[in-house]
Amino acid sequence: MGKKLESNFKNMVLVLFTITLISSAAVAYVNSLTAEPIEEAKQAKQVKAIREVIPGKFDNDPMAEAWAEKTPDGGILEFYPAKKEGQLLGTAVKTYTNNGFGGTVWLMVGFNPDGTIANYSVLDHKETPGLGSKMDSWFKPTQKEKSLIERIFGFEVKSVEKQSSVIGKNPETQALAVSKDGGEVDAITAATISSRAFLDAINRAANGLKGSREQTSATTPENKNN
Amino acid sequence: MNNLKVFTNGLFRENPTFALLLGMCPTLGVTTSAGNGMGMGLATAFVLIMSNLVIALVANIIPDKIRIPSFIVIIAAFVTVVDLCMAAYLPALHASLGLFIPLIVVNCIVLGRAEAFASKNRVIPSIFDGLGMGLGFTFSLTLLGAIREFLGSGKMFNLSIYPDNFGMLIFVLAPGAFIALGYLIAIVNRIRAKH
Repeated sequence: MGKKLESNFKNMVLVLFTITLISSAAVAYVNSLTAEPIEEAKQAKQVKAIREVIPGKFDNDPMAEAWAEKTPDGGILEFYPAKKEGQLLGTAVKTYTNNGFGGTVWLMVGFNPDGTIANYSVLDHKETPGLGSKMDSWFKPTQKEKSLIERIFGFEVKSVEKQSSVIGKNPETQALAVSKDGGEVDAITAATISSRAFLDAINRAANGLKGSREQTSATTPENKNN
Repeated sequence: MNNLKVFTNGLFRENPTFALLLGMCPTLGVTTSAGNGMGMGLATAFVLIMSNLVIALVANIIPDKIRIPSFIVIIAAFVTVVDLCMAAYLPALHASLGLFIPLIVVNCIVLGRAEAFASKNRVIPSIFDGLGMGLGFTFSLTLLGAIREFLGSGKMFNLSIYPDNFGMLIFVLAPGAFIALGYLIAIVNRIRAKH
């Protein structure tokens, strides 16, 4: 191996400066390359989530007709109306809660026109893997997946019926709560905080949707008079 | 030392997780499932190979007193590149590993190999060292993840083996990681003692 550069002031400043310059140039270049795909991936995720939570096929572009609204505590809810031939199929609401075990949880919740929950999809969360992270399927009707052992030996392990599905419930008439707090939704085993946070996000979406619906129905008659 | 020896050295004899005990933070943090462990391992392996390559190239022009900050800057640049590329082209994997990718910067293995091997060796052996260490790390993370996933939720690579009602919750949580890692290190030490 060759001789190393001497550790004098001039060498050190020059080398470290050159290294940081080249590194930051490389990172900036990659950033400019990936900025577009990252944005596209985010959009695609959102569109996919809207498709997932709205029952039936819609023919409008919910992203184009979306509106946003401020909540009392300073956050922002986004509403995506899905229509078929002008008829409202449902509204997807991008909602959040700050009460998660690991910070903010983002959900996309689909509401039928009558205010019942059609479906939901978890957009982003930092809950504990294996516990709170189960929220992406826990609050949907159970679809039991048979394990390998059960399939090979041909028996079935009965599991305790849990009342955890929020699909079809209407949080506008009664706010959802976990059974521990006197509600009728069973919390995720060992993840009550995450479950409470999840229901908080759903209730927030329902309240926001209700509020914006009342606003539109209040302004429509005025428009007619004009 | 020939290249093959350098390569297999990282795989088993000096396995970063089981023998050197370096990089414990991602080891305990992400190995809740075999898939997560493997993804983290491969991302680290990529950073290891690239940083070893570059550091072996530039080691001679870096004055001794600023070698650590220089190495860290180079490693951090590669980690950011991996992070951005993963977010752009593998969003699903990024969603489950995202939190841990920036931690590769402070992963002791990467800096450790740069300091102990790449800065003292030529480019080709350094690449083999990065490859061996990276694959050794991937292997041990996947193994640990598989054990925790199997005991904790009855699954293996997301395939359900037995009903998850019988899973031991503790293995999904941090204490389970310590327990599983302890037994694995004991087994590996036993095997190494015999050879």
